[in-house]
Amino acid sequence: MGIHALPIYALHLADNALVLGHRNSEWTGYGPILEQDIALSNIALDQIGQARYLYQHAARLMNEGAAAQGAGGVTPVTEDSLAYGRDAWDFRNCLLAEQANGDWGKTILRQFFFSAWQFFFYEQLQHSRDSELAAIAEKSHKEVIYHLRWSSEWVIRLGDGTAESHSRMGKAMDDLWKYTGELFSPADYERKLSAPGIAVDLAVIRPLWEERVQEVLMAARLGGQRSDWMQTGGKQGRHTEQLGYLLAEMQFLQRAYPNCEW
Amino acid sequence: MVKNDTIWSLLETVNDPEVPVLSVVDLGLIREVRVNNEELEIILTPTYSGCPAMDLIRMSIRMTLLEHGYENVKLTTVLSPAWTTDWMSERGKEKLKAYGIAPPLPSQQVCRPALFQREEAIECPHCHSYHTMRISEFGSTACKALYRCKDCGEPFDYFKCH
Repeated sequence: MGIHALPIYALHLADNALVLGHRNSEWTGYGPILEQDIALSNIALDQIGQARYLYQHAARLMNEGAAAQGAGGVTPVTEDSLAYGRDAWDFRNCLLAEQANGDWGKTILRQFFFSAWQFFFYEQLQHSRDSELAAIAEKSHKEVIYHLRWSSEWVIRLGDGTAESHSRMGKAMDDLWKYTGELFSPADYERKLSAPGIAVDLAVIRPLWEERVQEVLMAARLGGQRSDWMQTGGKQGRHTEQLGYLLAEMQFLQRAYPNCEW
Repeated sequence: MVKNDTIWSLLETVNDPEVPVLSVVDLGLIREVRVNNEELEIILTPTYSGCPAMDLIRMSIRMTLLEHGYENVKLTTVLSPAWTTDWMSERGKEKLKAYGIAPPLPSQQVCRPALFQREEAIECPHCHSYHTMRISEFGSTACKALYRCKDCGEPFDYFKCH
């Protein structure tokens, strides 16, 4: 695998979208009511579509890099080999994305934290000096507006709902809050790319995310005390045990029958 | 010499597999047709990133052009500027309505992240009442929302503005 920062950055973004998209797709057929099952499945579809553009971009960059280094004869990577052929330590997604679904409330809160990040992130990435990343961001941002509004409204409905839904959202806060810090903690490849205007400067979007999240949590009566301690490592390939189970299921068919198509 | 107009009219016969009354031209998916000597280049853009119909649409375009003798066809996908329902043709909107799907409103009202927005007034494609309510802003495909008419009682799809 190339050691250059740009393909790794594209992979990081692709892995975020694929892993959370896959998690959401686990709800398909199991949602609490049909309309919301369809809503989350639609969001999963958007995310997996965005992941495909990002993997295709990463694959192109990696193959060009290999060719430039004279690595002729090496099998080129594809969007599929990147999604199905790497193990957990090669994935660069944030830990938040891989956390298990839990109940509906936890899934909704995970989506809200992530969509709020992606909303401001894609807004900035549209100005990237990498024109392909900018185009993917422009396309994806429009889709994330729906994800953000849908998940925000559900966080409020459940947090400010019944005693049962409120207590479950409190539990989801305890489970997930510690994974939000990583969204704004830049990896080496992000630092290298943000100075030349390719990657998003996470410090720019942090206050925007905090403001939006605070507004929604207050309306959901979830604005209480929180621990400041944050868990990180996903962007460097150090994952929670959750990712292994996800990959075991997602990659099974390609591992058992390599390159199979139907 | 191949005429640009000929290609556009052939593309008007290629329909969306999910909403078969709309052609790829009605949907605004075709951004440009380039004729360079004997090579055709079709520049197209996807609706939603995850739309599973795109692969089939690309194949249908190829097949239709091949049937009319155009073998040397290049399909180029562009993402920017991002597709919007404002590119849907007026004829397409009429066809949608006749098919029982409410066409997208020109307003970009819902394309903002503000919470608990007032619902758009969507006309029921069956009885033309505006006394309708949204059931879910996500429907049977990425491009649609689910509504119900409070007068005739029928549920219907709304091709949501994007």
